[in-house]
Amino acid sequence: MPSISEELIQEAQLQPLDRRSRDLRRRVVDAIAGERRGHLGPACSLIEILRTLYDEYLHFRPDEPNWPLRDRAILSKGHGCLALYAILADKGFFPLADLPTFCAPESYLGGHPEAEKIPGIEASTGALGHGLSIGVGMALAARLGGSDHRVVVVTGDGELNEGSVWEAAMSAAKHQLDNFTLLVDYNKLQSYGPIHEVLGLEPLLDKWRAFGFGVAEVNGHSVDDLRRLYASLPLESGRPSAIICHTVKGKGIGYAESAPEWHHKARISDDELAALYQAIEEAP
Amino acid sequence: MRKSALNAVHQLAQQDERVVFVGSDLGAGTLEPMRREMPERFFMEGISEQHIIGMAAGLAMEGYIPYVNTIATFLTRRCLEQIAVDLCMHNLPVRLIGNGGGVVYAPLGPTHTATEDIALMRVLPEMTVIAPCDADEIKRLMPQTLEWPGPLYIRLAKGGDEIVSRAESGCTIGEALLMRKPGRVLLLSTGIMTQRALRAAELLAAKGIDTGVLHYHTVKPLDIKQLLALLSGIELLVTLEEHTLAGGFGSSVIELLSDSLQPLPPVLRMGLPDRYNGGYGSQNHLLTTAGLDAVDIARQVAQRINGDAPA
Repeated sequence: MPSISEELIQEAQLQPLDRRSRDLRRRVVDAIAGERRGHLGPACSLIEILRTLYDEYLHFRPDEPNWPLRDRAILSKGHGCLALYAILADKGFFPLADLPTFCAPESYLGGHPEAEKIPGIEASTGALGHGLSIGVGMALAARLGGSDHRVVVVTGDGELNEGSVWEAAMSAAKHQLDNFTLLVDYNKLQSYGPIHEVLGLEPLLDKWRAFGFGVAEVNGHSVDDLRRLYASLPLESGRPSAIICHTVKGKGIGYAESAPEWHHKARISDDELAALYQAIEEAP
Repeated sequence: MRKSALNAVHQLAQQDERVVFVGSDLGAGTLEPMRREMPERFFMEGISEQHIIGMAAGLAMEGYIPYVNTIATFLTRRCLEQIAVDLCMHNLPVRLIGNGGGVVYAPLGPTHTATEDIALMRVLPEMTVIAPCDADEIKRLMPQTLEWPGPLYIRLAKGGDEIVSRAESGCTIGEALLMRKPGRVLLLSTGIMTQRALRAAELLAAKGIDTGVLHYHTVKPLDIKQLLALLSGIELLVTLEEHTLAGGFGSSVIELLSDSLQPLPPVLRMGLPDRYNGGYGSQNHLLTTAGLDAVDIARQVAQRINGDAPA
């Protein structure tokens, strides 16, 4: 039996976009306009999760990306980087004008984010199932160093297929890392098709609970709900937190929503590009 | 050798607060003095090699110097992607200490022997690979690992191996050690093959074939400069390794020699065959079966030098 709320899934599907959500999606399309390729669907499901994280929760200094007291955020689903690039540029970590260089031969903005090249990226990701373990190490380091900064790791849902995720989960619980939060972008679709057909995750909340996490689920496109939930972290004292964010892959681009072919798209034409901007304009 | 290496980790941790120890599920009592003295920097994380490497990466990104220890083959095969992406791509100072390099765990079978670990580690950019020959040598190398840049793989031998390294010879990561001057033959060896190389050189000398031994405790970066300086008059170079011939120490030597574009003597590579070990017994048994005991090494070298057909 699924442990998730069908109501929240429906809310996420119906969630209207405000102006900022629309703007950030335009930035994503700006980025793919250069090389005409990118993981559009996985970025659009992430926008509100990341936007609320950077607008409301994380402490950081764009002009001092390695500020020691900053909170650490790792995008473990590195293929969602278009959303993160849009937000980091919006926050001033690097110029917005650089977004269209995404995937260009000499660009620092690659198809997966590299820490060495991009201000604001804590860890290079792309190979899935790595971010949690790195985050656990960072959270342990914060504790060892007596610092109260926090660590947030964002994973995809397909990414939870990786066994390493669950190794890290056991470790986070063992160390009672309540400075560690996992956000799962649960858009229900992986590259090949629906999660429940490829490798089902349910009952997902029960799984994280059983692994020793404080657990919550949320409409992952509702900025208000995400804000309230982030403000309540840690969900339980002495436990790491896992928030299952119900989202829609391709959210905000009607014809790309929940469409596997928009997981990754290359050779995007002028017409398709114009259609993307228009779809964002017309999204509810 | 393992005890020496782990005691050194404890000593380094006493000197430097950045040092932390991460194990998987090691033997009961491993590094107990360190655990008692500094429990906050001692981690035993369970049989989860992928996670351990990522966690060590996270600690290193925050300024710590993790020493990670488990059985060599689990530390290199199971979590190869984590080592490549989390450690090498980020060029982090994480030290991997692999127990039982080569066929030390012979009785436990091929799931436990590390016969391609050097190959796996040496192809990774930024990785340094060391394979000391005895416990004294690891004691000299360990202090140097503290400030060594980037990730480092330390291949440990069985322990109780004959001490052949000498304090007066010095020991610096990245520099080969000439243990016996070359004549017509020069044996290049790594790890505990150096003891066998020295015995084989004695046997060859007794037959009138002067043979030198150049010991490589560091496989990557490989000290090719010293080797090139020794080539004059050499009729046969021999590489010796407790490792499959595919992609290991001998391959590395040949690659760099070839790249030097110098006139080269013939190179005979000796190591383990390109298959998983079929028997059990002991390390010595498997090495002997592979033609890697001193008498057999000397016999094969003499055959080449004297132009005899190989047996």
